[in-house]
Amino acid sequence: MIRSVPRSRLFDALYMVYLVAFFVYLALPLLVTAVFAFNDAPFPSLPWQGFTLDWYFADGSASADGSAGRTGLFHDDGLLAALWVSAKIAFWVTLVSVCLGCVNAVLFERLHFRGKEFLYLLMLLPLVIPGVILGVSILVFYSGMANDVSAAWGIELDLFRPGMTLVVMGQVTFIATLSTLVIAARLRKFDPQLEEAALNLGATPLVAWFTVTLPWLMPSIFGAAAMAFLMSFENFNTTVMLTGSDTPLTVALFNRLREGSTPVLNAVALLLMVGSALLAALVMGRSNK
Amino acid sequence: MKSSASRLSLWLLLTPFLLWIVLLVLLPHLQMVRVSFQVRESWDTIAWGVEQYQNFFTESYYWRTFLRTGVMSLFTTFLTLIIAFPIAWYIARLARGRSKSLLFMACLIPFWASELVRTYGWMILLRESGLFSSWLQALGWVDGPVEMLYNDVAVIIGLVYNGLLFMVVPLVTTLDGMDENLVEAGYDLGGGHGTVLREIVVPWAMPGIVSGCIVVFMLTLGSYLTPVLMGGKDSAWFTEQIFTQFITRFNWEQGAALGVLLLVLSSVIVWMGLKISGQSLRKVMG
Amino acid sequence: MDSDLFCEGLVRRFGANAAVDHISLDVPAGTFFSILGPSGCGKTTLLRLLAGFDKPDEGEIHIRGQRMNDVPPNRRPVNMVFQHLALFPTMSVGDNIGYGLKRRKVTLAERRKRIARVLEQVGLPGLENRDPQELSGGQRQRVALARCLVLEPTLLLLDEPLGALDLKLREQMKVELKHLQKQFGTTFVYITHDQSEAMVMSDRVAVMRDGRFDQVAPPEELYREPATPFVAGFVGDNNRLSGALVAIRDNLAEIRLDDGALVQGRVVAGELEIGQRAELFIRPESLVLSADRVGPGLSVMEAKVRTTLFDGANSRLEAENGSRLVYARLPQDGSAPRLPPGSAIGLAWDPALARVFGAENP
Repeated sequence: MIRSVPRSRLFDALYMVYLVAFFVYLALPLLVTAVFAFNDAPFPSLPWQGFTLDWYFADGSASADGSAGRTGLFHDDGLLAALWVSAKIAFWVTLVSVCLGCVNAVLFERLHFRGKEFLYLLMLLPLVIPGVILGVSILVFYSGMANDVSAAWGIELDLFRPGMTLVVMGQVTFIATLSTLVIAARLRKFDPQLEEAALNLGATPLVAWFTVTLPWLMPSIFGAAAMAFLMSFENFNTTVMLTGSDTPLTVALFNRLREGSTPVLNAVALLLMVGSALLAALVMGRSNK
Repeated sequence: MKSSASRLSLWLLLTPFLLWIVLLVLLPHLQMVRVSFQVRESWDTIAWGVEQYQNFFTESYYWRTFLRTGVMSLFTTFLTLIIAFPIAWYIARLARGRSKSLLFMACLIPFWASELVRTYGWMILLRESGLFSSWLQALGWVDGPVEMLYNDVAVIIGLVYNGLLFMVVPLVTTLDGMDENLVEAGYDLGGGHGTVLREIVVPWAMPGIVSGCIVVFMLTLGSYLTPVLMGGKDSAWFTEQIFTQFITRFNWEQGAALGVLLLVLSSVIVWMGLKISGQSLRKVMG
Repeated sequence: MDSDLFCEGLVRRFGANAAVDHISLDVPAGTFFSILGPSGCGKTTLLRLLAGFDKPDEGEIHIRGQRMNDVPPNRRPVNMVFQHLALFPTMSVGDNIGYGLKRRKVTLAERRKRIARVLEQVGLPGLENRDPQELSGGQRQRVALARCLVLEPTLLLLDEPLGALDLKLREQMKVELKHLQKQFGTTFVYITHDQSEAMVMSDRVAVMRDGRFDQVAPPEELYREPATPFVAGFVGDNNRLSGALVAIRDNLAEIRLDDGALVQGRVVAGELEIGQRAELFIRPESLVLSADRVGPGLSVMEAKVRTTLFDGANSRLEAENGSRLVYARLPQDGSAPRLPPGSAIGLAWDPALARVFGAENP
């Protein structure tokens, strides 16, 4: 089972086959999705009709043979708008979650107070609540409140109607927990003597925090930010409950998919994968330095 | 030493945390529970009652789906663990240096795509006009197109796929921290493969196993896209019913009640899992 | 007043336990002052009081005549080399050393100049742009020193900084630290549990136990004239023999050991009563092996050879006196007789080299 314990040839061979099968299983759906973003056919399936970039760049005008024109991703106003909405949501979610994560990490790793254990458990709570429920509860509370206020006093709290604000709130609920865990794990490895050393060399506590502790946390902050951005961008279950008229990308894609699949969806999917991979590579490149 | 300065900084740091937990977690969930006990008598009068919960137990469709979702989630979690463990073992104990980090990175790849994209990929592969069907026809093994989508097996394939990453990562992390001498000592003292695995490896990996299982179970139980897009007519998922109540029927009271039930189900199963394995939430998640 | 550090009646309590218990000390400028004690004796707490990371419950701290009690750590003219050095991992060597200068708003050009100079002084010229993690243990040590010395502090505190180094490097750094201290002329307050570090480097050593100083003296005096049984046992190797006090004559105490032998040693201080239990400390190198060359006035004790422990210049004889183990130095110049295990020998010493104290727990 481990290198130093002898294994039979057959066992090794079977293990290898299993590994290969596993990684094929892992890669296949994504690979297939990516490849069909370039198939010159109106439907993502075999046979392969040749390579095209239409699903990105076609502008919707009728083609030479008179067939209905294709609209590529970069000319699809609906998808582009959804992409922009998602980006805005992800930006706010990232900002709020990372700030909360930093504050919480300091709270739980550096301070001692009564009831800390209990509050820590509360902090973990969003991880064991299904995403749908997080969305539903926020919808019920805030949207219900907006309804009641409107009925009682005629004041419209549009902020709390389904829309971007609620989506951000819903996603922050659990993404903040994750970013807290990431940043707290790094802070746990910080030697508090470094801060004392900074004080000893003449820094005020605030300067010590910004010149010594924060640079130490930076890799985890970037990591948490990348994770928060991705999770927000990809989230569906919480988002779909809280979204209003401006639909984010995953919801828009879902609606499209129910109408039927077209290679434009593959094009979007590939774009998302490449974007995520770049983001991941960027963060890892930074933390390896 | 509790000076006023440290008291002030405690409150400064505690405030954002409390705002987040109270305003985004506690109050909304309490309100959801409250709404689930409201009975709408006419458009502006509300009474209290358990009508929504009665509906759940009298409508067999509700509780059948509820049970089905719970059982299938448990099964999926178990399956994911079985599939992921050898992989995690290989990465943590047998792979070396570069190939180790490469394999680990490869396990993270599905995370680069959202659940929707992953499900979409499986749809392209499994549906009647999909790749598997075409390949089987090209090989001459079947005569006509085969539909492999829209059944429970397809749903489980998709669910396991979604969960794998969250199982492999904690497993690799705990197995990586295991001292190989433990395993060697196990063999040295006369243990076979089975006993060493059962009495040494698994107890050591328990925190990772429980942590992975909880995350995968929560994801599976709460998933929506995969069962909806890959499941058949009679393979409904409980989350679908919550969505239906809220989005199509605007019946918040019923939806809230179903939500509370799902929350109770997930809490009970997570709690039981922790009790049976003797772990604590703090240890496996924090 | 030319004392750099002056403390009076310092007390720091944790609950009922006083980690620092009425300590007073006075360190003249330019001194290498060590505080030596076993772990848990309160020396780290004392150092943290001096650095300002902790506040005394009672007592005064003055640095060069200035009262420091209410001065925060970042405003004290005191710098510290931490036990694990606490070099900032996110900064280069140059930025580490420049950190304190930057806080003092020294211009960039001036900072560069001073960093280069101090690196030269500690023997690491031109390493400004390296990462601290790339350096060896000894080099990191010097960077940590340079980071403090560049600020020209009145007082430099060192918290067992050699603990993490391996033995050989530690020996080398001991000597180097002493030279650096002389070169910079800064007052060092060095805490350690390693008596050899304290002895080699210091001008004065305070031996600390349970929050108090047992003795403050130059290293040689500590070794030759320990003021308490604890110091006698803690500083250097010592044999401890116990018996009953029979008589005191001219500072010489006569003790009947448990095996009946009548031996002598010098009494230092304190009131001893005839008949009480007493302890006699005699160093292994003061024991003479051959019984037949006993001169007049020497004390003799019978012992049985157990084994010889060969360790070059530190070779020792392990012998039994009753149930008590006694060690004697075995000179490796060929003068030592053959000592088969089990053979009986006499161990003799000059009473002037032995110290007698009243037994601690009668």
